[in-house]
Amino acid sequence: MRRRLKKWILDPTLVFAVLGVTFFGMAMIYSAGVVYIPNEVTQGAWIRQGMWFLLAIIVFMVVVRIPVRWIEWIAVPSYAFSILLLASTLVVGTGAGTAAGVKSWIRIGSFGFQPSEIAKVATILLLARFLSQRKEPLSSVQDLLFPALLVGFPLALVVLQPDLGTAMAFGGILFAMLYWAGTPVILLLLIASPFLGLILSYDTIIWSGYIVVLVGFLYLSRYRLLLFESVTVVLANLAAGTVSRPLWNRLAPYQQNRILVFLDPEVDPRGAGYQLIQSKVAVGSGGFTGQGFTLGPQKRYDFLPEQHTDFIFSVVGEELGFVGTALGILAFSFILVRLVSMATRTPDPFAGLVLLGIFGAWLTHVFVNIGMTVGVVPITGIPLPFVSYGGTFLLMCWVSLAIAVRVAHER
Amino acid sequence: MNLYHPHARRQRARSVYLIIGLLMGILTVAFFRLQVLRSDTWELRAESNRIRQLPIPAPRGTIYDRNGQIIADNVPGYAITLLPGPPDSIRATLKQMSQYMEISDARIEDLLAFLRRYGQQPLVVDADASFRVVSALQERRTEFPTVHIEMRPHRRYFGGEAAAHLLGYVGEITSEELASSDFAQNRYEQGMVVGKTGIEKQYESILQGRRGLKYVEVDARGRIIGDFAALRVDPGEGGESLHLNIDMELQEWIHHIFPKSLSGAVIALDPADGGVLALYSNPGYDPNDFVSGISTQVWNDLNNDERKPLFNRAVMGLYPPASTWKLATAGIGLDLGVITPDEEMPVPCTGSYAFGNRSYRCWNPDGHGFNNLAEAIGNSCDVYFYQLGLRVGLDALLRRSTDIGFSRKCGIDLPQESQGIFPAEREFWERQFGYAPREGEVLPLSIGQGPNSQTPLKIAQFYLALARDGSAPSPFLARDLELEDAWALDLAPEHIMSLHEGLRNVTSPGGTAHFGTSLEYWEVRGKSGTAEHGLSQAGLAEPHAWFAGMAGPFGGAPGIVVVVIVEYGESGSGTAAPIMAKTADHYLRRQHGIPVDSVQTYLDHVRIGPVPTWYRERYPTGVGGIR
Repeated sequence: MRRRLKKWILDPTLVFAVLGVTFFGMAMIYSAGVVYIPNEVTQGAWIRQGMWFLLAIIVFMVVVRIPVRWIEWIAVPSYAFSILLLASTLVVGTGAGTAAGVKSWIRIGSFGFQPSEIAKVATILLLARFLSQRKEPLSSVQDLLFPALLVGFPLALVVLQPDLGTAMAFGGILFAMLYWAGTPVILLLLIASPFLGLILSYDTIIWSGYIVVLVGFLYLSRYRLLLFESVTVVLANLAAGTVSRPLWNRLAPYQQNRILVFLDPEVDPRGAGYQLIQSKVAVGSGGFTGQGFTLGPQKRYDFLPEQHTDFIFSVVGEELGFVGTALGILAFSFILVRLVSMATRTPDPFAGLVLLGIFGAWLTHVFVNIGMTVGVVPITGIPLPFVSYGGTFLLMCWVSLAIAVRVAHER
Repeated sequence: MNLYHPHARRQRARSVYLIIGLLMGILTVAFFRLQVLRSDTWELRAESNRIRQLPIPAPRGTIYDRNGQIIADNVPGYAITLLPGPPDSIRATLKQMSQYMEISDARIEDLLAFLRRYGQQPLVVDADASFRVVSALQERRTEFPTVHIEMRPHRRYFGGEAAAHLLGYVGEITSEELASSDFAQNRYEQGMVVGKTGIEKQYESILQGRRGLKYVEVDARGRIIGDFAALRVDPGEGGESLHLNIDMELQEWIHHIFPKSLSGAVIALDPADGGVLALYSNPGYDPNDFVSGISTQVWNDLNNDERKPLFNRAVMGLYPPASTWKLATAGIGLDLGVITPDEEMPVPCTGSYAFGNRSYRCWNPDGHGFNNLAEAIGNSCDVYFYQLGLRVGLDALLRRSTDIGFSRKCGIDLPQESQGIFPAEREFWERQFGYAPREGEVLPLSIGQGPNSQTPLKIAQFYLALARDGSAPSPFLARDLELEDAWALDLAPEHIMSLHEGLRNVTSPGGTAHFGTSLEYWEVRGKSGTAEHGLSQAGLAEPHAWFAGMAGPFGGAPGIVVVVIVEYGESGSGTAAPIMAKTADHYLRRQHGIPVDSVQTYLDHVRIGPVPTWYRERYPTGVGGIR
């Protein structure tokens, strides 16, 4: 029995863990639809999610049978295809729900999907293929240029939509995979530094201090870096500091507000701070054991925003309490740890890199999505893997899972 | 070197586990803090999140007249309110509602501005919705889940225009009023209806009740899910009722008889206690128009009307008192002992009086000859009063008139009252006109001209003192309230008698106002006045007409004091006196149980028929004159 199961799904431990989380998600989506004044969006969403789940299981069973060589081969065309799709969203893309102004969906009749979901998987595969062919670690800034471009291209297209949440997931993918490919941590920190500089530039004095520290650090490590590299890093930081203000001004007001509200939600309790305050009220009033499944008043009275998608974890917090949230975090931790341990066990560089890429994407999704419900990170429209409502997202998560168990299985 | 050597992989994995542990640890701690450590705060927050207070408006106190007749009460009305919510959805709902009712874009912006300022309070879309609009919205309740229709008492004024200036009107409180100290006391909130002028404003604190509260549960879009049972409904308290001295029938009678084309005022006082029986100003307006927010059109019309219908002439209008003032000069003269009632002035009236190098005219160019005090009052002889004024002297006249209170307010219980203008000392001329007063200034002052302007109310209070023992309390509208300090004239009773004899001469055969004030049952004593003003002196308009006096049974104490002013009325005895007599007659008849009649004065009678029998019997020898 166990052997047969292993033959069919390759890694029962991970798959059953994910299956459990998926069922949990569907239960929460059902609960999200239990409100005093029903609406078409959340009503019956769990049934639609269930149908997508059935499709996802079939696709999973198929993908699990695809040889790794084919997966490796498909990396280039699928990357090219997804770039094409991403570019076309900027022209024909539409928004959905509250993010109506965002062009991240492509609709064909009544069927809609987000190309960025496909792009994430394609990018992981292509980056894994590139990195796995290297025999030497990436040890200089020049070495990082190509992988950075590989990820930067779809990332830039996603930012233009604009979908900051998915863009962050691309960042997670890049760093996790570069790290797994043996890139020195110091180098990773240096390529991350312009982003830090971008954030710190809101205050000129802090930013100046930061630049001084950065230059001092580069001077101390002058024997390990080329002069060209140090200069590039400093220039990149200066550029980030310079463009930060025009960039900030180019952000849509709602995006600016989300960042300001992250610092203090009460700045705008009826506008941008509303979602965060209502989410915290829901989670906080859940207490230790919660209000009971489907019984959360905040949710029932419709105070929770996007309760079946981005803020599904607030419903968990309100109805199942700290017990529910802690178990949820534990379950995701288990899945993430499992991915890394699979990567540790596989001797194939490509397989390990793919696993870390998927790990990087999911870790970002989990941390940002759960973190935003309690104000640990700014609110970005990013769903919780396997739990949030959303057909293509669930499907692509299961496809990722299939790829993960497949590459880990084939040594 | 193998990049993916098992040892290297394990080493990297260890750091990755560390990162997983760190990030998930941060999340767990954040949830623990929120859900376990500070759960109580958030639970409270969740409760208040979904409970909304809905005010229950309290009915305003009813206003009664002295006979227990209702002057102002409340009828049920409907207000359409919107529960607060996100501005965008409020805007959308208002747009949708505008299909069924009139909501201008400007109104929508006003409401949104209100929402931004007072985020928690319901928005009053229409304080007095018509039944048609209410039923249209009720039919589409599912379409408008955030719309709330509440019963809201609605003010009704029975008298309409007749008592407008007296009662004032109510309206929704403005932000300025809310900020002012008049409305502090934590009783007032946005959206409440308050008194704006008149009695409604004066007794706002009595008439305004305490608004109640009920609690409803709402969802995030402000849709009412149901009543919140855990908190008790506070029904509020209606305002206290108010009883006025006003005789509403009399007030309406005055409105009926006052010439519509003329502007002016009538005040009737009860000599017993100074209670205001009627206070009328023409032209007026209908206070019912104001109750649920006056339309811009009507408001602009009222404000731009040259006749100033919003202006309460009875207490705000300032007019030269003219000959009505001669009684003040006479009273001061008697009190100072510079004349005796029977004494005649040395210079007979020949139509004018020479003083200094000027000639001062009497109104009657034929002259009045030698007059004693009563005759001089009856004839309104200016020449007599010029000489009396000179005997009193400018300084004494200024001092005594000021002491009496001609430059003070009466202190009537209305929010606004003009203060009379009368010089207190000689410096007045220097301040006002830039020259030292000459001795001749006393001449016009002693006949009620010159720098002397009084409100009809002040003249009424003066005649109230004459009708009583020389003292007069401040006229009051509300009954059963502590009266302010009284205003005393300090005249000896025998001097009052002499003045009354003069007033009686005015309305007796041969007196200036005889025919217009002769009534079947009542004796009228009063004084006409013809007030010269800037326009009349230039020959551009008629002078203002005054008549101030009292009436009562023959030989008895006066039962009513009435003052009438008619702007540009030409002649006090011709225009104002009949209004005074008809006002007094209407009131006194009802007081004495005599049926009222619209044919009242001698003039009324002869206009439609023969000389009435009662008049023939009273004056069997005839008096000549009309007919």
